[in-house]
Amino acid sequence: MSNVFIHAENLSYSYEEDGGKDKHPALQNFSVDIREGEYVAVLGHNGSGKSTFAKLLNLILEPTDGILTVGGVDLTDPDIEDAVLLEHRRRVGMVFQNPDNQLVATIVEQDVAFGPENLGVEREELRRRVDSALETVGMTQYAQHEPHRLSGGQKQRVAIAGVLAMMPKCVVFDESTAMLDPGGRREVLDTIRMLNREYGMTVLNITHYMNEAAEADRVIVINDGELLMDGTPDEVFSRREELREVGLEVPQCTELIHRLRREGISLEGDTVSTPEACAALLEAAYTKLSKS
Amino acid sequence: MKGISFGQYYPGDSLLHRLDPRIKIVLTILYIVCTFLCKSAVSFALLLLSVFVLILVSRIPVKIVLRSVRPLLIIIAFTFVINIFWTQGDTPPLLEIGFVRIYAEGIWNAVFMFFRIFSLVTGTGIFLTYTTTPMDLTDGLESLLSPLKKLHVPVHVFAMMMSITLRFIPTLSEETEKIMNAQRARGADFTSGSLIRRAKALIPILIPLFVSAINRALELANAMECRCYHGGEGRTRLKVLKCHARDLVVSLAVIAFGVGLVLLNAVKFGYVMK
Repeated sequence: MSNVFIHAENLSYSYEEDGGKDKHPALQNFSVDIREGEYVAVLGHNGSGKSTFAKLLNLILEPTDGILTVGGVDLTDPDIEDAVLLEHRRRVGMVFQNPDNQLVATIVEQDVAFGPENLGVEREELRRRVDSALETVGMTQYAQHEPHRLSGGQKQRVAIAGVLAMMPKCVVFDESTAMLDPGGRREVLDTIRMLNREYGMTVLNITHYMNEAAEADRVIVINDGELLMDGTPDEVFSRREELREVGLEVPQCTELIHRLRREGISLEGDTVSTPEACAALLEAAYTKLSKS
Repeated sequence: MKGISFGQYYPGDSLLHRLDPRIKIVLTILYIVCTFLCKSAVSFALLLLSVFVLILVSRIPVKIVLRSVRPLLIIIAFTFVINIFWTQGDTPPLLEIGFVRIYAEGIWNAVFMFFRIFSLVTGTGIFLTYTTTPMDLTDGLESLLSPLKKLHVPVHVFAMMMSITLRFIPTLSEETEKIMNAQRARGADFTSGSLIRRAKALIPILIPLFVSAINRALELANAMECRCYHGGEGRTRLKVLKCHARDLVVSLAVIAFGVGLVLLNAVKFGYVMK
């Protein structure tokens, strides 16, 4: 088993309003361990606290209570040194929801260079990193383009390249596909999967799309700031009723199999969460049916 | 709206396009000084010639260059008239109607002023705005002003603000379009009625636009922090401005031009301004 990368224990965070009089807990007693190289989807409906969790990971928000260490760095330390914080942010990259609001420069390659420029990376190394990051996300031919002329999916890939150029160990996607069309979403998801599979990066995909969560190795469900479920996609989506109670649906293929079974059609196997597994299950049932 | 090009940049690959922006900024200032150094008819002729040379070298269509003079026509006409009527000459007036006296010197001065403003506007346009992208201009300014950092002037912050502004102009103009369409779909009318009415019609556009701009700013600040932004200290640059031989050659040419102008002021041909 690889090492634990993110360790959260009884983590809490509340938004304060009215000078601290009004407290809105966004995350409560949240405990989770994420290992190096894992691909984790964090599910929850709007306002469940999943984005708060993402922001805590990069210390955009400071935890109000509990323990949070990421890669050995204690993020609850109030006197965290600037150098430590910078190194932490280099290691944990973040891709946000709105592709427009995270691109800084007027030229794609200069935007990708923004992170390493801030880190003071020397020019030759900078050039090398920018080129390889753009190649990784397949945007090399757009290096000299202006970001506002790209499609949503392309912009998001540029944002990913900008994170990759800092050579992170972990990338957190905070609803990075929410504003994209299906094509753009596919582009980003393929990139996410590649980062995890080929580059061994720890990936957290915070989302409210069930189909996306099904692609991960592990799914964490947050509801009202508390950890509700934690397991493989199949395990989580087999608890269909519980998910429905907190306002979440299961992926369409899972729903299909579930309804077929309810109608009395016997289908062998466990819960399925991906279209491929669903197709395999149906095919097996069909061949069995046509034989008998 | 997507194809919007801000500023007056005219894409090209001429010698002037490829000059170092820092050199171009300095040369533009020099050129402005030159236009004010002109005194004699001969040096003004050289000044006009320089505008032609600049147009030829930059390969920007004359039509587009002339367009930059248009907004200044009123000012040009104003100075022209003022000079004609207010110049007192030594020689007897050419024309005298009542208290209005027009001297030959007045006409010379008016024409010279016209040439001066004309070459000032077109010259700076060709040197700077037509041949330099706004981004290069920002980089050039940052680099030129960087000595001021020693005096604790936040040069990097200003440059960063300017480049973010440039980055978001197309984004926000797209957004404006979207909001306007949304309001139009609900029956808003932006084009008819009195001026006050039209100004009032803009309020439903401006408010959502400001709200979204502020939200964007907050998100961008987060994103920048996540990418380790911590001011200009210890920052390296992917793109480093470099001076080439051509920069030196053009600079020498402009300096020679300035010296030539001053020398030609001594030629007493036609009229020499006082």
